[in-house]
Formats: sequence, structure tokens, C-alpha cells
Amino acid sequence: MMKRTLLIAAAVLGLSAPAIASEGANPPQLKWSFAGPFGKFDEAQLQRGFKVYREVCSSCHSLNYVNFRNLSQPGGPGFSEAQVRALAAEYKVQDGPNDAGDMFERAGRPADHFPAPFPNENAAAAANGGKAPPDLSLMPKARTYERGFPWFIFDAFTQFAENGSDYLVAVLTGYHEAPKGFSVPEGGHYNSYFPGNVIAMPKPLSDGQVEYPKGADGKSPVPETVDQYARDVTAFLMWTAEPHLDARKRIGFQVILFLLVLSGLLYFTKKKIWSRIEH
Amino acid sequence: MSQHSSTYVPKSAFGKWFESRLPIAGLIHSSFIVYPVPRNINYFWTFGAILSFMLASQILTGVFLAMYYTPHASLAFQSVEHIMRDVNFGWLIRYMHANGASMFFVAVYVHIFRGLYYGSYKAPREILWILGVIIYGLMMATAFMGYVLPWGQMSFWGATVITNILAAIPVVGDTIQSLLWGGYSVGNPTLNRFFSIHYLLPFMIAGVVILHIWALHVPGQNNPTGVPIKSDKDTVPFTPFATIKDLFATAVFMILFAWFVFYIPNYLGHADNYVPANPSVTPAHIVPEWYFLPFYAILRAIPDKLGGVIAMFASIAVLAFLPWLDTSKVRSTSYRPLYKQFFWILVADTLLLGWLGAKPPEGWYVIVSQIATAYYFIHFLVILPLLGFIERPLPLPNSILESVLGQKGGAGLPAGANAEPQSKG
Ligand code: HEC
Ligand code: HEM
Repeated sequence: MMKRTLLIAAAVLGLSAPAIASEGANPPQLKWSFAGPFGKFDEAQLQRGFKVYREVCSSCHSLNYVNFRNLSQPGGPGFSEAQVRALAAEYKVQDGPNDAGDMFERAGRPADHFPAPFPNENAAAAANGGKAPPDLSLMPKARTYERGFPWFIFDAFTQFAENGSDYLVAVLTGYHEAPKGFSVPEGGHYNSYFPGNVIAMPKPLSDGQVEYPKGADGKSPVPETVDQYARDVTAFLMWTAEPHLDARKRIGFQVILFLLVLSGLLYFTKKKIWSRIEH
Repeated sequence: MSQHSSTYVPKSAFGKWFESRLPIAGLIHSSFIVYPVPRNINYFWTFGAILSFMLASQILTGVFLAMYYTPHASLAFQSVEHIMRDVNFGWLIRYMHANGASMFFVAVYVHIFRGLYYGSYKAPREILWILGVIIYGLMMATAFMGYVLPWGQMSFWGATVITNILAAIPVVGDTIQSLLWGGYSVGNPTLNRFFSIHYLLPFMIAGVVILHIWALHVPGQNNPTGVPIKSDKDTVPFTPFATIKDLFATAVFMILFAWFVFYIPNYLGHADNYVPANPSVTPAHIVPEWYFLPFYAILRAIPDKLGGVIAMFASIAVLAFLPWLDTSKVRSTSYRPLYKQFFWILVADTLLLGWLGAKPPEGWYVIVSQIATAYYFIHFLVILPLLGFIERPLPLPNSILESVLGQKGGAGLPAGANAEPQSKG
């Protein structure tokens, strides 16, 4: 009976599915090192992604929830504390007031937040044709796309949670000529994946723009292409959005293993006790 | 409860001294040790224990969150991020709390539909049932206010939509709205109020839960046959029988809970709530949490604002009248071939409403919502009262014991448990 009802419910819902399938192209699904039950961040990728953020995105986008010290935290890009101290010192940070009551500038320290490129949102908007570049700290968790029926049900079982990351790469690589007859307003750029297809952000990445660390053979182990930059910076942003992801998945596996054993033991105890009576 | 307390005899001198002044050990003994439970109850009866566990989990994680959370419009979002990033295991506590709310509702929906299926709301359990409906209402209020606290886009706009519809209530609507707002729109005073009430309500829930269990222990538990307990042979003592079964079921439920917390902690949330609240940017779709979706669909199905509000509240309130709307004397749906079909149609209708609640209110979604809403009310107000007169129930077993032993006696399943609906419909 239960099964039959579920089938009927599925049929009812299935019939109405075509009505929602018209919301534009879904981002392609990519492979991520942090996906799945044993997923974790790839240190080298986070370091490359950080380089992309620093050299390209940081001129427009803030990273307000991240401190320099986070960069040497376990489960992150794996910089050493000395590297982080040196890196922070390259930035000028406003501090104060001092004893005389004046604000002053000093070299950054690991405990400082990443300095934002603009003093406030209005300044950010004014410098970018009226649209402020949003803070990137939480971006892969703050964006998604609709999976639709029945995929959203399967996602709960397959642990698909990388929709935000897929979307980010799609936007960063989605700059194309506007199709014929589509007029892009002044200051806008055509993008196949941004909702409405007109984005205020100019195409931020181009091939060869960021120099990646060289391997033993004098070549970068990964291609220096827009596609690779987009994946790396997105992985880095996923880490800024969820800095404890590694620990979460690791502990989660232990917790679930423990609960499985506990449930097994409780089940046999229960069976033993209930075997005393007919039920 | 009191009728069993006489069996408890304190052993130590201190125990005797204490028990004669405050007989709490006897109360616990009679309620959770010797309390007789029907020997045939199935796993659907473990959800009460699961719900108690979830309430405790929500209160515990909530108290820890409140140590770091700042209820201020310009700091709330940031303080939640502080919990997620800098507080030791803050991410765990917060994900447990956010997903715990969902698990709480998963459990309560199973619990409620269990009651609907086995007729647990019928005499003599009407008060028990109504207390359950009150708990459900309090849970919804708590969860709604909790969702506002992180002060993301969906928090802010969800609060705006819901407080705006309250204004449609005649006479007192405006007053309720400005009391909740503490100003002329959703803002910092609203957040302060919601935090205070969000902290208060769970303890009120705990209080009503105690009444709920009290009202349960007077008539005793219902069971899959719906036949009342007739002798001691129909029952087993709560401990160890129900205790171990509840523990096992809770452990299994915790696996589901852990799956969400550790692997897909944001699956049930909205991406928009990771964007700080911004009164000047409206999100493309304002959608409530999944557990409110059927009611949200009902609210929007009615073209009139006041009508929508009335329908939404009525869809919950109607549950409280079930004991009198259902005219059948037979409790368990296993013996009600016609009602069994309508029960499953109602389940499908609620799922459909839930799905519609997540869709924009346009085109034929609206029409389907209206049909599904109408059916929801027809089920309770027309079908249920009439069925009691029309339906010919299957023969009931004489006792719980008989249904259990009959099963072993070669009949396969207890009478009726495998009875497929017989009508031609
Ligand atoms: C010239 C300034 C500029 C640079 C450089 C820049 N962006 Fe942007 N970005 C913007 C602006 C402006 C917006 C707002 C777009 C809008 O809302 O139309 C934006 C929006 C975004 C969004 C949000 C898209 C959405 O769905 O709302 C993401 C993600 C993003 N940028 C990522 C990046 C990354 C990653 C980089 C570095 C590779 C980068 N940006 C470099 C200006 C910039
Ligand atoms: C009936 C039990 C409860 C339910 C159903 C519930 C539900 C919720 C929900 C849905 C949220 C939003 C989560 C999010 O999206 O981040 C929330 C947040 C919160 N709750 Fe509760 N809650 C309960 C009990 C409590 C208790 C007892 C406390 C405090 C003593 C508490 C304190 C908080 C705090 C501080 C937040 C904001 C932090 C955050 O957003 O994670 N809750 N609650």
C-alpha cells in the first residue's frame, strides 16, 4: 500500500516537472576534491586559488570573514605561520586611536582581517558602475541553482552539495558574445549562467593571467587557463566559506561508524529482551 | 500515573525519608519502569522518545549558541559566522541546532501521522491529542523565530512576509504586527523580541510535553489494533521492553541526523540565508523552511489575504477537532478499508501541497494548490465525518493478546494488517 501510494505521489509530482524545467541552463557538474563523504581540500589547489584571489579578485571583492591567521589553520591552504606573518606584513592596516587620539597605519598581523578594497558599500558600488562587488567569504554557500524534481531527492542520498561551487565556476567561465537580438545594457556583460544573463562584473579571468608555481620540470603542474583559475579560486572560496569542512567530514565518518555499531548492539539487546515474550 | 506508584518501595533509609516527603522516585518508577505498554506496539511508537531526544538536543545546543550569538541587526550575521569559524566546535553546535530543527519536524510528522493512522486521537485520548496539537503550534512558532535569528536574507524576508500576513487579521492584526515589529518594519527590535521568545518557547514546549506524557499515562498507550488493554497479559513493563526499543530507534534516528549534520548540513537550508539581511534587496523567491511548505501553499492558494490567513490557521486548528470529526468507533486504520485509502490520499495531498509551497504562485500551480487545499479540508470536514456511517469495518480481535498469538497461530498476519482495501474505487 505504502509503495503504491509513493508511486502515485511520484507520478503526480512527475507530471508537473516539465513546468519547472525552463529556467535556463544549469551549470555543468564538476569534480571537487571536497565532495563526498571522504572529501577534503587539496592544499596545492587552495594555495593556487588564494593566489588568484589575491592577484585578481581582491581589487574588487572583500573577504571580510577571513583573517590572515586562518591561512595556516589545519584543513586550509597549509601556509606556515612564518609565511602568514610575512604575508600579513605586506598589507597596511588602519589601527587606533593611539594615546594622542589619532588613527594610524601599521603593517598587518596574522590576527587582522583581510583588508577590504573599498571603505564601504557605496564606494564599492560607485567604483563598479553602480553594483557593489559582493563579499566573497561565503560565496559558494550563498549561491545555488534549482535542482528540480526528482534530482533534489537523489542529492540527499548522494550527498551532492557542490551546486554553489559549480555555479561559481560557470559564472567565471560563462562570458560569451551575447546572442543576436540580445541587447546588453551599458556597463553590463553577457554571461550565460548569471541570472538574467547581464552581470556587472567584467570578465575577470583570462588565460596566462596568473603565474602558478613551477614543478621540478620548470612547468606548472596544472594549466594556466581560465577554466583552471576558476576551479582553483572557487575551491579556495569554498574553504573560506566552510573552513572546518575537512574536520566535519572526518568526524562525521567516525560518528556514523560509532552510531552504526551502537545501533547494532542495541538491536541485538532489544531482540534478546523481546524474545522473552510473543509479540 | 498514581495508580501504579504503590509498587515502588524505597530500599535505603534516606530513600524512605525522602519518598515520604517528595515521592518523585515513585513517580519515575511508575511512569518509566513498571508502566504497562501494549506488547504489540510497533516502531511508530518510538517517535515519542525520539522527539524527547530532539527537544533535549535543541535546548542544549541552543543554550550553547546563545552564549556566542548577538541579537543585533548589525552583529547577528557576523556572530553566527564567528560561531561557525572561531568557536571550538561551533560549526558542529550550529549545524546540529539548524538541522536538529528539521529532524524535530521529521519526527513530529511521523508521530502525527501515526496518530492519524491508528486513531490515537479518539476517546479517551482527546486531551492528549490536543496537547500534541499545541506542542506542534509552539514548535512552529519557535522554529519560525529561530530561522530569523541568523539575520540572513531569508531570515529577514521570511519575517517580513509572515508578519505582514498577520496584519490581515481583523481588529487585532495591526496591534499584533506592531508588537512583533517593535517599530514600523522588521528591524533590530524585531530581532531582539524574536530572540527572547525563541529562548522562551522551548521551555514552554517542555512544560506541555510533561502534560502530554501525563495525559498519556492515564488512559495508556494506543496500539496497532486500537483495541484497549484488557488484562495484564496484553502488556509488558516499560522497562526493559519499551526502553530498549526506544534506545535502539533513537540511535538509528541519530544516524539520519548525523548524515545531515556532517555531510549535507546546508541541504535543508537556503543559500540566500548566507547573504546578510538587506532591506533594499528582495530575494527572487521567498520560501519558508520545508516543514512550513504545505501551510505556505494553503496560505497562497486563497486569492484573498485574510482568507489565506484564515485557511492557513484553520488547516492546523482543524486537527484539534479530529476526535469529534471522526465518527468511526474503530481506532486502527488496519480495520478500516475505506478510511485507509483516504488516509494515503491525504498523505499524498500534503506532500503535493508541500511541493507547491516551494513553487512560485503563478500559472497552474495556483489552481493545483487550490484543489489540494480544498481536498485537505474536505478530508477532515466531509469525508471523515461521513465515513464513520458508511464504512463497514473489518472484525476486530478480542484482545491485544489474541492478535499477537493469532499471528503465530498460522494466520500469517494479524487480522486486518494485510487487508487491502476492498472497494472497487
Ligand atoms: C573589476 C572588479 C571585479 C573583479 C576584478 C572581480 N569581480 Fe566579481 N564582481 C564584481 C561586481 C561589480 C559584481 C556584481 C555583479 C552583479 O551583481 O551584477 C561581482 C560579482 C561576483 C560574484 C557574484 C555573482 C552572483 O551570482 O551574484 C562572484 C561569485 C564573483 N564576482 C567572483 C569573482 C572572482 C572569483 C573574481 C576573481 C577571479 C572576481 N569576481 C573579480 C566585480 C569584480
Ligand atoms: C523547540 C526547540 C527549538 C527549535 C525548533 C529551534 C529552531 C531554530 C532554528 C530553525 C534556528 C535557525 C538556524 C539557522 O538557520 O541557523 C535557530 C537558531 C537559534 N536558536 Fe533555536 N530552536 C529551538 C530551541 C532553542 C533554544 C532552547 C535556544 C536557547 C536557549 C535556542 C537558541 C538559538 C540561537 C541562539 C539561534 C541563532 C543561531 C543560529 O542561527 O544558528 N534555540 N533555532
